[in-house]
Amino acid sequence: MAAFEIQTRALTKRFRGGQLAVSSVDLAVPAGAVFGFLGPNGSGKTTTIRMLLGLVFPTAGEISLLGSPMPAAAAAVLPGVGSLVEGPAFHPYLSGRANLARLDAADRRARRRGARSRVQLALERVGLAAAAEKRYRNYSLGMRQRLGIAAALLQPRRLLILDEPTNGLDPQGTREVRHLIAELARDGSTVFVSSHLLSEVEQMCSHVGVMRTGSLVWQGSMTELAAEQRARVSVETADSSLAKAVLADLGLSEIREDVGSASAVIGARRPEDVVVALVAAGVGVRAFTVAKPRLEDVFVQLTGEGFDVSG
Amino acid sequence: MSAAEVLAPAGRTGLGGRLLASELTLILRRRRNQLLLVALAAIPLAIGLATRFAGSAGSRDSVLSGLTNNGVVVGFGTLVAVLPIFLPLVVSVVAGDSVAGEANLGTLRYLLIVPVSRTRLLASKFAALVAWCVLMTAVPALIGLLIGVILFPNAQITVLSGNQIGLADGSARLLVAIGYGALMMIGFAALALFISTLTEVPIAAMATALTLAVVMQVLDLVSALHAIHPWLISHYFFNISDLLRAPVDFSRLQHGALVALGYVLVFWTAAWARLSTKDISS
Repeated sequence: MAAFEIQTRALTKRFRGGQLAVSSVDLAVPAGAVFGFLGPNGSGKTTTIRMLLGLVFPTAGEISLLGSPMPAAAAAVLPGVGSLVEGPAFHPYLSGRANLARLDAADRRARRRGARSRVQLALERVGLAAAAEKRYRNYSLGMRQRLGIAAALLQPRRLLILDEPTNGLDPQGTREVRHLIAELARDGSTVFVSSHLLSEVEQMCSHVGVMRTGSLVWQGSMTELAAEQRARVSVETADSSLAKAVLADLGLSEIREDVGSASAVIGARRPEDVVVALVAAGVGVRAFTVAKPRLEDVFVQLTGEGFDVSG
Repeated sequence: MSAAEVLAPAGRTGLGGRLLASELTLILRRRRNQLLLVALAAIPLAIGLATRFAGSAGSRDSVLSGLTNNGVVVGFGTLVAVLPIFLPLVVSVVAGDSVAGEANLGTLRYLLIVPVSRTRLLASKFAALVAWCVLMTAVPALIGLLIGVILFPNAQITVLSGNQIGLADGSARLLVAIGYGALMMIGFAALALFISTLTEVPIAAMATALTLAVVMQVLDLVSALHAIHPWLISHYFFNISDLLRAPVDFSRLQHGALVALGYVLVFWTAAWARLSTKDISS
């Protein structure tokens, strides 16, 4: 059963106003994965994360976190989980260090001894050691985000749940966070990272789940996703209907015809055979291309329209 | 470290004393709260000087107006002066802020996922409030005693029943009065804590709690509403005057103390019921 670090069954949240925020979500995050939780703003990602962590109570469905039911086993499970939920939040008039010390003090399993070095280590890990004594209110957005990540790293964690961890970071900071996530995954932690940026997920994740209007519309490994990236041939020609017929004769699927072009999924056929068949049939070929769709297009295909991938 | 090591329960867990210490530090380090403490500490100074140079102690209150001027009376006079408004104000500010303030900042969600159970969080918050109530009651009263002893060095104190008691006896009575006043504020703090769990806007919780403190005292003045008077905690604030009789009659003090404990029980439970079923969406 320990195969999945996060597993939900028919997880549903309807808020008191009647709004259905999350609808029957079946997440399965395998151990060791870097799971990208993708979806536009307002698609239910954060509500799902809040339910995983026991902050919001589900209307229906079940959650298993590190193999134990949530929120019932929160006290036993959450020490193994480091999280960033909907941006960092700290006391503005306390320093970064004092804020982390407060969170460390709140942890019943953390001893007083070693608190100082735990806090220092977490600060160093996110590059905040130099700004540790500054008040949180004087931190830039990027520094606040780093402090939030530092809080998640106060203890060694088996699972990290990071909601939009690169939000507000400059390109340099974004790179650092990506490296940090890779490092954590290498050390054996499972990382669940939400984002509305496809490019980000593409660069750091081994698995991906896609949310749209409260539903999980697709999940799987990046390899499975790549399999969805089926190459298409397209012919530019004046005889588009003839070309369409040839492609159909070759047994290609998902044939489309536009003015001056025709295209289809090539499948197992070799492109050169397609060209030969087209020419033999007398199609005036102006251009011939084989192209893999961009991941972005695959998503649009999987999720229907309206997925704002560029965010 | 391997994942299995992290999973293994850490075994011994602390009693949560570190969280309570952190709560107290949070309250006492806050500039606003320090100013409240300074303002409260200045009140006995004003009362002492006014009494010394302008007449009788506690002239605002008929209970104490018959007393001769002396050290202990400045302490009592200070308590009587701060109990109706100043103390409920400083308690409302800190208690109203305790949960709503964390919810407003978003720090509440990060405390809960540490994890701190909602029950333990509320217990720590309340324990810190108890300390705050004791501190805020004791500081002005004890400063009042000190100033009083300096300004009026006469050792004998004439109490309401006409007898005379010594300074030691008088000081002991003042300590009981401080304990009783603090208990009244603790009862009120439980109410304010409950209000604090109802909103994510700390200023709203503070204002509501303070308004309730005033409304209770106004209702207490309307004799037609005598049926509800026993349920108002403010009805029992001035029972401390019983401590200035010889011998002391503790029955009304005991009654007031029980009401305060009742407030703690009812409103802490209500706060717990509210917080433990609340979706934390801030």
